[in-house]
Amino acid sequence: MKRYSFLELAKNAFSAHQNWGRQWRAPEPKAEYDVVIIGAGGHGLATAYYLAKEHGVRNVAVLEKGWLGGGNTGRNTTIVRSNYLWEESAALYNHAIDLWDGLSQELNYNVMYSARGVMMLAHTVHDVQVAQRHIHANRLAGVQNEWLTPEQAKEYCPPLNISKDIRYPVMGAALQRVGGTARHDAVAWGYARGADDMGVDIIQNCLVTGIKRGADGAVEGVETAKGFIKTKKVGVVAAGNTTNVMDMAGVRMPLESYPLQALVSEPVKPAFPCVVMSNTIHAYISQSDKGELVIGAGTDQFISYSQTGGIHITNHTIDAICELFPHFRRMRMLRNWGGIVDVTPDRSPILSKTPVSGLYVNCGWGTGGFKATPGSGHVFAHTIAKDEPHSINAPFTIDRFKTGRLIDEAAAAAVAH
Amino acid sequence: MLLIYCPYCEVERPETEFHNGGEAHIARPADPSKTSDEEWAEFLYMRSNVKGIAVERWRHIHGCGRFFNVVRDTVSDKILKVYKVDDPMPDLEALAKEAGR
Repeated sequence: MKRYSFLELAKNAFSAHQNWGRQWRAPEPKAEYDVVIIGAGGHGLATAYYLAKEHGVRNVAVLEKGWLGGGNTGRNTTIVRSNYLWEESAALYNHAIDLWDGLSQELNYNVMYSARGVMMLAHTVHDVQVAQRHIHANRLAGVQNEWLTPEQAKEYCPPLNISKDIRYPVMGAALQRVGGTARHDAVAWGYARGADDMGVDIIQNCLVTGIKRGADGAVEGVETAKGFIKTKKVGVVAAGNTTNVMDMAGVRMPLESYPLQALVSEPVKPAFPCVVMSNTIHAYISQSDKGELVIGAGTDQFISYSQTGGIHITNHTIDAICELFPHFRRMRMLRNWGGIVDVTPDRSPILSKTPVSGLYVNCGWGTGGFKATPGSGHVFAHTIAKDEPHSINAPFTIDRFKTGRLIDEAAAAAVAH
Repeated sequence: MLLIYCPYCEVERPETEFHNGGEAHIARPADPSKTSDEEWAEFLYMRSNVKGIAVERWRHIHGCGRFFNVVRDTVSDKILKVYKVDDPMPDLEALAKEAGR
């Protein structure tokens, strides 16, 4: 791999940047792999990267039906935070935060992780109580989170309207300073480049059409658009399409897939210093380094695979944004889009072995999987390589829906659904 | 936004008048004390999450308040059939063929 550095940049300037070369190969699939990952989004590519790097499993293929990072990885609002309620979640999301810090250096790829702070607003007495409960729970679990009065919130985020005259006045906020944003495409590209360098084959435009199981029920390979690929281990990381992929192996999933929307404004000069989220009136917003306001809306109320969403959902969010940040009222929105998110009944992910030997699943990230990308890939790689979960993802099984040991994060998930 | 026909009010109204009630035709276990953990998990949590022709419940919350069932293509979001809650599930394959899937 050609390492990126200042010297390399200077050298390539002499040839007008014409000779940088490919960041990863475009190989044809081999007949057999040790591990096949289905889905080349951030989580799937991170899994392949850590399989190769931490566990020495380099004979790995990542199969992608479309293009690399073209699903929810390329469609999310790039927010990173770890202020979930339960200790199981705190461990999982904090593991990701630990990896975000230093990820650019590790991948030799600028993922533009910016710990600019994530502020979650409280608008009602109930909100205030819930937010403070979260803060106390977080601090006991070693997760950084603090309470701000409306005046302190305004000081941290000057565009915020803390007038008492709006429909849902700001009564305070929970601030996680280590939260922030990262560049979503760069995360996928950085992991892809790193994994490819260690021998992982990333095969795009290769739809998986079947999972073959032997007489003993164990996985024997996958049928794809580019022919049969033999393998003993399959990791499914297919987000909104997980139910359909798992159906191929005969495993029922506790998932429902909904369109989740986001939109961006025209780019402007730096005007917004942090990330602000409001669960109650449903809006979240940050400003990208390009200058666009990146705004997250809610999910549609019905299952859909259409990758669009109802316009009334985005309108509802824009109403809230205009109320909270009046000086954005005259800004024009450039684009909106939808991604298909797989939601579990308890709003916590599933990172788990399955009843089928050799089949592993990483799904159910619902409306907030981007923030966990490095941690998710790291523990899922461990689960596949050792055939047993890492202590961090051990509670996130499919079996919890039978035992009743749910990890209820409905309040922390931030998107109403 | 969907336009949905309420079979009780016999009118077409925008989606915001309705509430989606999830997958249709899931029957509650008849004898709770004889129902295993697996069967409870199946009833409570496991869902078909169909990509294609799906049956789902809707409730006309800002109208008559009644539940009814809808057959919808979850890829195009096109509604193929609406039927009352005690009517049997229609022939999905025939509806799929009609819709050209």
